[in-house]
Amino acid sequence: MKNALLAVASLALIFGFMFVSSWYKDYQAEKASFMAKENVSTFIREHSQTLGSDDAKVYIVEFMDPACETCAAFAPLVRQMMDANPGKIKLVLRYAPFHDGAEQFVTMLEAAKKQGKYWETLDIMFQSQPYWASHSNPQPQKLWEFLPKAGLDMERLKKDMNDPAIAQLIAQDLADAKTLSVRKTPGYFVNGRPLQEFGHRQLQELVQSELNAVYKK
Amino acid sequence: MSQPEQKSNINWTVLFICWLLVSLSTSISIFFSSVMEFAPCVLCWYQRICLFPLVLILGAGLISFDKNVVKYSLPLAIAGWFVALYHTLLYSGIIPETMQPCSQGVSCTEEYIDLFGFITIPMLSLLSFSMVIALLLILQRRISR
Repeated sequence: MKNALLAVASLALIFGFMFVSSWYKDYQAEKASFMAKENVSTFIREHSQTLGSDDAKVYIVEFMDPACETCAAFAPLVRQMMDANPGKIKLVLRYAPFHDGAEQFVTMLEAAKKQGKYWETLDIMFQSQPYWASHSNPQPQKLWEFLPKAGLDMERLKKDMNDPAIAQLIAQDLADAKTLSVRKTPGYFVNGRPLQEFGHRQLQELVQSELNAVYKK
Repeated sequence: MSQPEQKSNINWTVLFICWLLVSLSTSISIFFSSVMEFAPCVLCWYQRICLFPLVLILGAGLISFDKNVVKYSLPLAIAGWFVALYHTLLYSGIIPETMQPCSQGVSCTEEYIDLFGFITIPMLSLLSFSMVIALLLILQRRISR
């Protein structure tokens, strides 16, 4: 009798936990989709780097950190999906530099943007990431050796990195990440819907469901 | 129902309530970290180390009621209570932040929730440990009587 009560209470706790968790995730998703309608600028700012056609109807908003390994691992997947659906997907990159010292990497990237070498620089950063992006010991000077490969004017890059607008833009992105409850990178929103379960397949499914919804066959 | 049997039933119930309390606290703690994705700070981890095992220790004590259960669970609860007290004081600013042990990673004083304007996570932890200790002491007195 007593042990039965114990078992029932355990089950109630476990199911209660699962129920509240799924309710919370739905609630968050609803909140984000509401914001996507009412307050689009939280997802895309003037300064945000985008890739893909302006006519695309599926927007992938990615909160990323150049020093984040998972962001590097996910980058090819997003490109693949864009290639597979030409003109239908637009990628918006936002910054959530949560790693130690990650802000200076974002600053380098934004300075490279002024030379029109944004994507080249990001590719080089992701490729060389194992050499400079140690969590406890980020080494910007090591990244510095790789950057010329992107075809950058390094003197100009150094000067552009001092632009106070870059620090402002990072602060804005971090504030938006907080508003949208992004606490890990990469954080994805597809047309305002957050990726609830993290993973390659889950992201693909989310994008596909939006593609199906927008581009009805 | 005979007198001693009734007494032991009450003892079991006291322990059961205590177990419910730690299980609920554990669930809420995991909810904060895994579902709401609040990163637990160092002090949170020390409190979790004291809290999570209580679910199993008190649970094992319930399955075949063990009179010695207080002996093994009270030290954990007291240790957790002290960490929670320190954390609460740190959080409310009574102990200055420069004295806190975690400077890198997650700050122990970053505020995540603020229920009704004054209830914080460390305070919930302190409350929970206090109630567990009180219940365990009540149980100990009843057993040794």
